[in-house]
Amino acid sequence: MPESLAITKFSDLANPTRFLGLAARILPWMAGITAILFALGLYLTFSSEGDYQQGMTVRIMYVHVPAAWLSMMCYSVMAVSAIGTLVWRHPLADVSHKTAAPIGAAFTLIALATGSLWGKPMWGTWWVWDARLTSVFVLFLMYLGLIALNRAMDDPGKAARVSAVLILVGFVNIPIIKFSVDWWNTLHQPASVIRVDGPTIDKEFLWPLLIMAIAFTLLFFTLHIAAMRNEIWRRRVSAQRRMAARMAGQTPAKEA
Amino acid sequence: MTHTFYISASYIVAAIVILCLIGWVWLDGRARQRELAELEASGIRRRSARPAPTDGAAL
Amino acid sequence: MTALLLRDLKLSIRSGGGALIGVLFFMTVVAVIPFGVGPDLNLLSRIGPAIVWIGALLSALLGLDRMFQTDREDGSLDLLLMQEHPLVLTVLIKCLAHWLGNGLPLVIASPLLGLFMNMSEVAIGATMLTLLVGTPALTFIGAVGAAVAVALPRGGLLVSILVLPLAIPVLIFGVSASYAAVEDPAPFMPPFLILVAITMFFAVIGPIGAALALRNTAD
Repeated sequence: MPESLAITKFSDLANPTRFLGLAARILPWMAGITAILFALGLYLTFSSEGDYQQGMTVRIMYVHVPAAWLSMMCYSVMAVSAIGTLVWRHPLADVSHKTAAPIGAAFTLIALATGSLWGKPMWGTWWVWDARLTSVFVLFLMYLGLIALNRAMDDPGKAARVSAVLILVGFVNIPIIKFSVDWWNTLHQPASVIRVDGPTIDKEFLWPLLIMAIAFTLLFFTLHIAAMRNEIWRRRVSAQRRMAARMAGQTPAKEA
Repeated sequence: MTHTFYISASYIVAAIVILCLIGWVWLDGRARQRELAELEASGIRRRSARPAPTDGAAL
Repeated sequence: MTALLLRDLKLSIRSGGGALIGVLFFMTVVAVIPFGVGPDLNLLSRIGPAIVWIGALLSALLGLDRMFQTDREDGSLDLLLMQEHPLVLTVLIKCLAHWLGNGLPLVIASPLLGLFMNMSEVAIGATMLTLLVGTPALTFIGAVGAAVAVALPRGGLLVSILVLPLAIPVLIFGVSASYAAVEDPAPFMPPFLILVAITMFFAVIGPIGAALALRNTAD
């Protein structure tokens, strides 16, 4: 029965102690592979020729595109974790989507900043209300809202469930937001801005881009697992402190 | 301004953000490990008393 | 259910005058705009629909945090949770009551503000119609935010932050339909129908999400 086997493996992971053991084993490997891939990707990036039309600025793409990809993937990871929280009450899912939000916000920030830096030489302005930029910006706002919500609540379990609801509602809305921003953009297309559609990607650009994308993705997962481990530790510390306080409260009571 | 400026600026921004992220995760982990070790030293253990906390070994 | 609707409606009109304050805020926001952009009537009539829509959006957010919080404070939220009726339906009714108390006055006040903004009659009518269709969507999507933040002592600002990004589609289609009614080449119906679709979509998603969040905060 391979299915039930898979399920037991998955539920095994629900045990935070087992997760910690697994994380301790795979984290050094993941970090190492990420570092090697980044070295390779950066080497390929800087040895590649510039694009004829866009000049050397095409190199920004190697950071911008993977970051933009991660900003979306991270939200999907959070949505899956949110389902895990609400449907299976998976204890790790709470930790997962809570820790993914700051990481996702950071990568979205990178995507926005590099997009803006790419836009200045290409379009002539730092910020264009371009459909893609705008929807990424809205995504960034959603990340920040989720972080704010998580910070505002004291009880981690309740915060996790409530923000899971919000993550899912947001996830359902993302296609609508994307669609409406596209509509809005075609309606208000500014005439002065020269739109540069993405260059048809040559093989020469494809390899560095692919390697950088894989490196960024691995970086995300490494950071995510490490952050989850930190969060589990944090919860343990607070639980043990509470226990210690209870014990400290009990002993004098007995003496009295 | 040259294109090199924009390219280096975007790489620097990305590097700063990523390094901040790595630093945050790293330092947070160190701090939590230290707290756990302190609690351990003061004799407070988890109820499922692990014989030796393997995850604290990296400290 | 009707009793709940009437009760909520009475509360929203009577206690604290939530509806009145919403309309006042709406009028104040719109009245402040000319001081910012200058008294140029052509400019005002051009940006009028957008200003009225943004004002309505902001004032719709204003009353949201009270949607479930008053019920929580006097304990009736627990009663609602324990009822035999499905919670989704209860939330839907509460949304309707909230819209009748807070959204509808905004729609009714909008033509007056349209006159202030030197908008043409067609533009005023179109803005009013799109507000009539669009503000329920704001209430439904806001219900999720209100339910999420119900347990927080100062959740009002947080609700706005959480809800505003999700309300962007409503704003986009509401404003573009209003403009399409005035500007000739753009057709009015497509954005308007999409706005209707968004409202109906949120009428499903909003109560479900809000009910889920309420169940989870009550644990």
